[in-house]
Amino acid sequence: MRKIWEFFKGTLALVAKGSKAYYVWVFTLLIFMGIGFLAYLYQLQNGLIVTAMRDQVSWGFYISNFTFLVGVAAAAVLLVIPAYVYHWKPLKEVAVLGEMLAVSAMVMCLLFVTVDIGRPDRFWHLIPKFGILNFPQSLLSWDVVVLNVYLVLNLTISVYILYNLYHKREPNKSFTTPLLLFSIPAAVSIHTVTAFLYNGLAARPFWNASILAPRFLASAFCSGPALMIILFQLIRKYTRIEIKNEAIFKVAELIAYSMFINLFLLGAEVFKEFYSNTVHLAPLQYLLEGLKGHNDLVPYIWTAMIFNVSAFFLFLIPQTRENFVTLNIGCILIIIGVYIEKGMGLVIPGLVPDTLGEIYEYSPTGIEILLTMGIWATGLFVYTLLLRVAVPILTGEFFVGEDGMKAVIVDTEFIRRADHLAEKSYRD
Amino acid sequence: MPNQGKRDEHAFGMSRRKMMKGVAAVLGALALPAKDAPASVWESFFQKNFREMSKQDLEKVLARLEKEYSEKYKKAVKVRATPPIEGVLFGYGLDLSRCIGCRRCVYACVQENNQSRDPQIHWIRVLQLNKERGVDLEDAEQYYNPAMVPERGHFYMPVQCQQCEHPPCVKVCPVQATWKERDGITVVDYNWCIGCRYCMAACPYGARHFNWKKSGLPAAEMNPETHYLGNRPRPVGVVEKCTFCIQRVRNTPGRYTACVEVCPVGARKFGNLLDPESEIRYIIENKRVFILKEDLNTRPKFYYFYAT
Repeated sequence: MRKIWEFFKGTLALVAKGSKAYYVWVFTLLIFMGIGFLAYLYQLQNGLIVTAMRDQVSWGFYISNFTFLVGVAAAAVLLVIPAYVYHWKPLKEVAVLGEMLAVSAMVMCLLFVTVDIGRPDRFWHLIPKFGILNFPQSLLSWDVVVLNVYLVLNLTISVYILYNLYHKREPNKSFTTPLLLFSIPAAVSIHTVTAFLYNGLAARPFWNASILAPRFLASAFCSGPALMIILFQLIRKYTRIEIKNEAIFKVAELIAYSMFINLFLLGAEVFKEFYSNTVHLAPLQYLLEGLKGHNDLVPYIWTAMIFNVSAFFLFLIPQTRENFVTLNIGCILIIIGVYIEKGMGLVIPGLVPDTLGEIYEYSPTGIEILLTMGIWATGLFVYTLLLRVAVPILTGEFFVGEDGMKAVIVDTEFIRRADHLAEKSYRD
Repeated sequence: MPNQGKRDEHAFGMSRRKMMKGVAAVLGALALPAKDAPASVWESFFQKNFREMSKQDLEKVLARLEKEYSEKYKKAVKVRATPPIEGVLFGYGLDLSRCIGCRRCVYACVQENNQSRDPQIHWIRVLQLNKERGVDLEDAEQYYNPAMVPERGHFYMPVQCQQCEHPPCVKVCPVQATWKERDGITVVDYNWCIGCRYCMAACPYGARHFNWKKSGLPAAEMNPETHYLGNRPRPVGVVEKCTFCIQRVRNTPGRYTACVEVCPVGARKFGNLLDPESEIRYIIENKRVFILKEDLNTRPKFYYFYAT
């Protein structure tokens, strides 16, 4: 027990240390978190009337962000598969960094759900034994279960690996391998259950299409890895972690295939709706071309389409895929594209026109935007602190001392200037 | 969006005092009641789901609510929990050939069921449809406002909770805060609902409404004859819906709902589906009835028909 306590104390001392850049970054995030918190207090005080949600569009920006982030959480871990298949050397690193991203995304997901519900004081009604969890009838209860299991699972694996490395021993493979393998179907299941949450509603034709879950997975396999590529580059640039170019290019290639499947499935959906031209076409029409003069979403969805298609070609062609400028442009295009497509582009048309044919054009209020920024800052804050501990452990700059108790901190900077890392050669 | 600016102005235009008041109030009430809060706050916080309460539990809760509402609305408020009547399954008929779209039912419902007046919550929505297009919801207009109704070329279709036999809203609720009672009425426990609004996404009839803000119900207009699962005042952040005036129809067997009573043209019919002599059974057997969105297999007990 004392060992764990000393480790914990060591991590606290570690996260308090850092370069100027680290402090600036963390305090910037804290400011946004503070603003978001004030926005939440204001919302609690006045009710959800301060959002733009109404009876017609009863879910909005919060649930859109939630949906996008479930995809990120799922895909971050799915990167373990190629890491295994292609025998990437930094497998542990990829797994730990991915799982920590999943943890941070899960924290954001849970926060987005919390700020969306009308009675957060009654959260305990969801806890079996104390309250009543309507399992297995309600897909939302499934989501509560799988998201929490997934959060705990990823925390367990990454903390276990790091704790062992900190003690300078190899993590026990017979413990980590089954859990890592289990985290793969778990990742698929969180995104599938989230898709089913929408998919199961016959009242909403836009969501009630069997292609929805496959589309969720395909797009998650684009946005999650795109985010990881950018993070990999930042991490290897500013810390001592080494990640090979080859691994990054392979991920980019996987994104190209996923994006092809994503676009293909979207095309299949668009064909079916437009060609059969039934009453169920209205939501898709609202999304793609506007309905009866209401076209708030149209510019966004076409931006997303153009971004996704451009990124597909950038990642398909080896020359642009293996050029860091075009690669990063592609990643950003995909993150924005999928954020629109799997966020507002998915949630809003499900609710517009509403079940009685009314069109209410939703766009988030200032409070919703500030609160959302606050939650994103919280997620980045969590990821930063997790990395602050994980990176020095992985590079052997944070470990247990000779006495087997006291923590030794070598890395006092964390975010370093790139030229200080000149001795490192990662371009092989 | 023309409303955007206004909304933002509203969102940000708060005074610092109000803000600090908010911060203090919320820090106190951020989920948990304060230590020195009155016992009733704790009681309401730990209150069980309606269906899990013992008789004594329920009596205590009803007494607590009666006290709370009587103080708040300055009149003797009765909160009952009358159970379903054996051998009764409620059904509703709506004669589309008679409805003139006057919306008297909408406002009678608001008065009877203590809906919020600001913002307005309406359990009944009247759709104006084009005779040429028939029942085409994509073509429906809810906000028609001519000097006189009915308007030439149009007919009117009021929509409220269809009291489905297979209610999708009940299936999706993550905490079983909503369920179908034995007499066929789908109800909500306003003290158990967590306000996730999944039921609103699941309902194919737009029948569920959310308290986006503290209910604006003037004390003078408050109807003191209430039912726990029906028209008692609703807290902020929960969902509400039509209950076939559960406080009326269970307390006084044979009594009509407020909307049936007020309809000036007799377009609304209500009765016991299990009674072969009832008017609603006569309508189903002798008129051509249809139900809304039949393909969804929700099996509404709300029958539209054309009597003439």
